[in-house]
Amino acid sequence: MTLPSPKLARSVRVGGWSVRLAPRAAVVGLALVVTAVAVSLVAISTGEFTVPVPDIVTALVGQGTPVAELIVSRLRAPRVVTGLLVGAAFGLSGAIFQSLTRNPLGSPDFIGFTAGASTGGILAVVMGGSAVWIAGGSLLGCVACAALVYALAYRRGVLGYRLILVGIGLNALLLSVDSYLLTRANINDAATAGAWLTGSLSGRGWDHALPVAGALAVLVPVCAFLSRPLRMMEMGDDAARAVGINVEAVKIVAIAAGVLLCGVATAAAGPVLFVAMAAPQLARRLTRSAGVTLAASALTGAVLLTLADLAAQRLLAPTQLPVGVLTAAIGGTYLALLLRKERR
Amino acid sequence: MTARLTGTDLTLAYDQRTVATGLDVVIPDGSFTVIIGPNACGKSTLLRALARMLKPRTGAVHLDGSVITSLPSKEVARRLGLLPQSSIVPDGITVADLVARGRYPHQKLMRQWSRADEGAVAAAMAATDVTDLAERIVDELSGGQRQRVWLAMALAQETPILLLDEPTTFLDISHQIEVLDLCADLHEAGRTMVAVLHDLNQACRYATHLIVMHGGGIVAEGDPSEIVTPALVEKVFELRCEIIPDPQTGTPLIVPEARRRVLA
Repeated sequence: MTLPSPKLARSVRVGGWSVRLAPRAAVVGLALVVTAVAVSLVAISTGEFTVPVPDIVTALVGQGTPVAELIVSRLRAPRVVTGLLVGAAFGLSGAIFQSLTRNPLGSPDFIGFTAGASTGGILAVVMGGSAVWIAGGSLLGCVACAALVYALAYRRGVLGYRLILVGIGLNALLLSVDSYLLTRANINDAATAGAWLTGSLSGRGWDHALPVAGALAVLVPVCAFLSRPLRMMEMGDDAARAVGINVEAVKIVAIAAGVLLCGVATAAAGPVLFVAMAAPQLARRLTRSAGVTLAASALTGAVLLTLADLAAQRLLAPTQLPVGVLTAAIGGTYLALLLRKERR
Repeated sequence: MTARLTGTDLTLAYDQRTVATGLDVVIPDGSFTVIIGPNACGKSTLLRALARMLKPRTGAVHLDGSVITSLPSKEVARRLGLLPQSSIVPDGITVADLVARGRYPHQKLMRQWSRADEGAVAAAMAATDVTDLAERIVDELSGGQRQRVWLAMALAQETPILLLDEPTTFLDISHQIEVLDLCADLHEAGRTMVAVLHDLNQACRYATHLIVMHGGGIVAEGDPSEIVTPALVEKVFELRCEIIPDPQTGTPLIVPEARRRVLA
């Protein structure tokens, strides 16, 4: 019997392997990679001292002039790489939680996870800790806060509006704790903590980039496995169980991955707001895919953060803005434009 | 009579609230089994337990002789499908994409879209008459069309047993009949169908095997023509009625007693 063949997805099949092809998602993904590379090159090449693009490569492999090597390998490249990795981590984390809660407001920067990381980081600053302590404090704060939100919101495994409401409440509580800590801190610590709180990539070196790279190396493959079950769970827990997904296990692994991504990213760059919320929403609209897409969200997060950081450095040069100020400005404006277009 | 799907001595509960106790249930192979009863009698809970959505407090559901929760969940999903009472339509998804998601239990990370997947999805869309809607956005369809799409997704799973939790709720009468006729077709094509329904007359018309529940227990089961009596309806639904043969099918048709008789 031959059936009338509807226009199903195009696919690639090699031997026993097969994948569905979403042409638009592939093109958008490629465009995002190209944009990320282009933004990175501009960020490394331009500034007070211009390094021509070919010299970037020679400097990176250790064959450039001493000045170029200092500027590229020690100053600009680690900052750009940290931005790309942190942006990707925030994007992934946001996508995971928005998918789990089936709500854009379920992002870690709304439900208190980023706030937990901030409070942990400030505590470390106030107690006179070094950069490693600040990073550790924020990672720990994020995990502790997530555990608390989960424990308070847990009811028959449902992760929906309860998680968001509890998270928003805790978020507010932590903000007041932050203010209290800042008023009790000495002036130097308060200044350090204040700068860290806006989220910044300034002065980030390879020692900031490497932990994020390590975390992503482990967690990106985990996300690849989570991607399809999470997409099914967006249709409801029963619908996902009906096709054979172990919903509880997927939730635990997804929460763990999302919290670690958010914590590691915050540890490296401070609580850069809005990337985790905006990246998955932008990615979904760019790819026009149904539901949340992890890969595109990671790429969008990376582009968004590096682009915002470039603008933060160049827009009011020589005045340097913290990147957190501009992620909201760029991401928010773009999202507002897309939503406006959607409404028509 | 053989039965691949059975439940023995089931106690079903949500948290502290016990919904049903001591249920023994057999789903005859090749039947169109309908579970019916008044609100809060435990009928949807029983269906959820049969579909392994709810773990029984005591007792066990068996599929092909094994305790269903001991089988790998994906393996169960290749034998038993479920259309839940309410599922969420992902934003912006097309009909073809949604139906294709039913293939999940047949896929692996490295084998996401085989020819078998493509064939099953095309067949499921043809059987539910949604082929022409393939590229439409599911959110923009009517309630009846959308329910056919969900059914297509469950069909694409290609399971010999299909459970449906109140598939006609929220549909107007013509779409209710359309969905039930479709279920009858699927039953005739060889599937074992199990549905929770609200309407006793529809249940009598379509079921080959009826399970009547009341207060968390099973009070009657069997061929509707043999078990549905005015006494049963009064006991279960607290409704006095007359039962006449359905002029279309000959199955029992429940006519509720009128408070004021118009015809003397």
